[in-house]
Amino acid sequence: MAELSLSRVRKVYPGGVEAVKDIDIAIPDGALCVLVGPSGCGKSTLLRMIAGLETITEGDCRIGAGRVNDLDPSDRDIAMVFQNYALYPHMTVYDNMAYGLRNRGTPKDEIEARVQEAARILEISPFLDRKPRALSGGQRQRVAMGRAIVRKPQVFLFDEPLSNLDAKLRIQMRVEIKKLQRALGVTSVYVTHDQLEAMTLADILVVMSKGHVEQQGSPLDLYEKPASTFVASFIGAPPMNLIPVGAGENGPQAAGLTGGRGLAIPPGGATLGVRPEHLMVVAGPVPDDSLGITFPVSAVEAVGAETFVYGPIGGNGQEIIARLPGKALLAPGTPVSVAATAEHLHLFDSQTGKRLGQ
Amino acid sequence: MAAPLDTPAPKSVRRDWIPHVVIAIGIFITAFPLWVAFVASTLSNPEIAQAPMPLLPGNQAGANYGEALLQGGRSGRILTPPVWEMMLNSTVMALSIAVGKIIISILSAYAVVFFRFPFRMAFFWMIFITLMLPVEVRIVPTIQVITNLNMMNTYAGLTIPLIASATATLLFRQFFLTIPDELVEAAKIDGAGPMKFFRDVVLPLSVTNIAALFVILFLYGWNQYLWPLLIGTDARMQTIVIGMSKMIDSAGGPTDWNMVMATAILALLPPVLVVILMQRWFVKGLVETEK
Amino acid sequence: MERKVVFPQKLLPYLLLAPQIAITLVFFFWPAGQAIWMSTLLQDPLGFSVQFVGLENFQAVLQDPAYLATMQRTFLFSFGVTALSMIPALLLAVMADRVVRGATAYKTILVIPYAIAPAVAGALWLFLFQPSIGTIAYPLRLIGIDWNPRIDGTDAMIVVLIASAWKQIGYNFLFFLAGLQSIPKSLIEAAAIDGAREIRRFWTIVFPLLSPTTFFLLVVNLTYAFFDTFGVIHAVTQGGPGKSTEVLIYKAWYDGLIAQDLGRSSAQAVILMFIVIGLTVIQFRYIERKVHY
Repeated sequence: MAELSLSRVRKVYPGGVEAVKDIDIAIPDGALCVLVGPSGCGKSTLLRMIAGLETITEGDCRIGAGRVNDLDPSDRDIAMVFQNYALYPHMTVYDNMAYGLRNRGTPKDEIEARVQEAARILEISPFLDRKPRALSGGQRQRVAMGRAIVRKPQVFLFDEPLSNLDAKLRIQMRVEIKKLQRALGVTSVYVTHDQLEAMTLADILVVMSKGHVEQQGSPLDLYEKPASTFVASFIGAPPMNLIPVGAGENGPQAAGLTGGRGLAIPPGGATLGVRPEHLMVVAGPVPDDSLGITFPVSAVEAVGAETFVYGPIGGNGQEIIARLPGKALLAPGTPVSVAATAEHLHLFDSQTGKRLGQ
Repeated sequence: MAAPLDTPAPKSVRRDWIPHVVIAIGIFITAFPLWVAFVASTLSNPEIAQAPMPLLPGNQAGANYGEALLQGGRSGRILTPPVWEMMLNSTVMALSIAVGKIIISILSAYAVVFFRFPFRMAFFWMIFITLMLPVEVRIVPTIQVITNLNMMNTYAGLTIPLIASATATLLFRQFFLTIPDELVEAAKIDGAGPMKFFRDVVLPLSVTNIAALFVILFLYGWNQYLWPLLIGTDARMQTIVIGMSKMIDSAGGPTDWNMVMATAILALLPPVLVVILMQRWFVKGLVETEK
Repeated sequence: MERKVVFPQKLLPYLLLAPQIAITLVFFFWPAGQAIWMSTLLQDPLGFSVQFVGLENFQAVLQDPAYLATMQRTFLFSFGVTALSMIPALLLAVMADRVVRGATAYKTILVIPYAIAPAVAGALWLFLFQPSIGTIAYPLRLIGIDWNPRIDGTDAMIVVLIASAWKQIGYNFLFFLAGLQSIPKSLIEAAAIDGAREIRRFWTIVFPLLSPTTFFLLVVNLTYAFFDTFGVIHAVTQGGPGKSTEVLIYKAWYDGLIAQDLGRSSAQAVILMFIVIGLTVIQFRYIERKVHY
């Protein structure tokens, strides 16, 4: 087991495209770090740099005490689970798991013991003699995990391992991966584009965009104090409402908004953020420090436990989403007033998108 | 304008047997020459000469095939070597060409696909261009090259120049491009270098392609004509196809047709058996090599 | 198309390529270069003096009425073989496409001739057409057709044509059948609902959709007829009687090896090279187009 650290890591492709910019991440021993971001943000490239499948242009990658930049993938003491599993199609499940150990000259009886142990943990013992094509998607996923486990590596790397599974299986496997990682206590890096997966799995959540880190920290920190509009809209579903506001005498100024006193809006205006789940229906006046929003309901989605209410404000295509508990009896076309308390309001720079204050 | 559904359509009844009849005719045209050749190979020469020739097998099969295999046939004053010797030559030629081609093209395709190195594309085009230089267009200079290398009338001369093949290289290249990148990466993490990856992963995955190519290349090697005619001028080096054609006296002199037909049957049996026994791979091979 | 993930070794790929490149250089490029070089030389018949004559050999070849006649004959022969092997193959494929049962067995039998050497196929048909004894020649004689490919050039041509085409029918059949089976049945049904009768459906829907296959087979069969039928002609007619079955390849071989006219034979070889290049380019343009579909 070991900690993994990246310091000032860059990746520049021949031709000058900078895929990864100056990244610093430190993952303590046994922690699970999730890299999340939209496609093309450099998260997979970063993972592959840790694996040794891509060269590191600049900076250091350390596993434990050693710098591994110049080591072959097989010498870094890592194991990787691929998105499409990358199982050897002509080998049995057993051989798939044993292949890496055999290449390292592990004694036969130890290979046997490790493979059986991994198969038992992952509940794939009955399939050891089958070829991958005779397995279901979920079973293949388990074999891919098994191939990683038997190696007893210092670091696990997961490259969107669940994205080829159907929704139900994905949730089930997500829980299992978390449990397994905890039980084995292996430092792990996990890449996904699914923010929910990222939130539920991560000890350390790293949100990436365009090759750099937007924010890193615990999932709840990122949820409660997003460092930028990018993080704000990426973490949480439905995404945070982001409303451009002007600086009024007593607070934010925008069509349909009231209250919000105490928010320090810069003279040039700002972006006001409020999560849909923090909006409550109000009747009557809104306290001065809360934010009130009034808008005509355009659509209502009732999913049982909660209700999503949509509507326009300001007349320039800006849309508000409110996530209300239980069944909200609202008819499309009627106006509704919602409000959020002061601690649930976020303010971002309207130019850079960076968080203001707090 | 559609016909009412419930009226029995006499047309479709009539149509039902038309395909079968047409296909039966096709099969007849395919099989008839083979049947006649087989029948002739079981008759004595006088029986063949009595027009019309019988269309049912005679009782000379043992004698004819025995004589052909052990003594050879003749046309005019030319005497061919025993057919078994020529079959041996054909077998050596067909197997060497098939195996040799598969080995050198799988290696070169592996190099071109799985590595990056200077002049990679130049080499690829060099191989590709050989498609446009069949033996037929370089007859005389090729013989000079073979003579200079002392390869006339040797198995090496009969086979080595034919084992360079753009078709097989292209086929393997096509297949290698479909191997997922992640498989290569998984192998790297599992500690497999390029040759280990080749042996443990690429080769086993290529088995059906190799089988398909083998069928096509076996036919190609066995059925060669111009090349052995040029290189195997010595009777000892004759292939069975060449030997059979030498038994026919094209000047119009007397020909031992029972010998010719017995030899023809022996010459066509191996490739036909390979095609029938390995039909699945044969069809795959045909389709893939034409891509 | 390229792989993204490759191995880093620098020397190994050259070693892997070495055997193929060596054979290609020694047995393809060297002789091909020689052929081009020799095509510009004039050698006296005794081989004592060699003279550079530029394109004179080409001029001589292309002005030689015998060569032009051979070229015309080759084209006739090639298109004849192509038509004679493709039309029956298409008919058989259309029929086999309708038959659900037994299609595999049909395929197996029909494709057998493809496995047979051209020279052997030639011998089988020559035997059937042997004057006086041949199983086909005999009834022809009874109805008054005096059949003799040994004497009559047309008769000889018909025999090599039939033998060459016979060998190829099964191959064409396989590709036509695959082409037919890849046409969505819903299209045919839509045409049927649109009121097109069977024959009309074939010409307006099926045949146009089959055109990539047809075009591909056209090129393959022409190439086959041009180059691979040497064995049929050499074994069956030796180009005769007279020169009535002599095709370009046969003439290049004959002039070079039997008549020992190296300059002219090489010039013919270079002309053939251009024909192959033309056919290959056409074939690959077709493949490119197929990729773009």
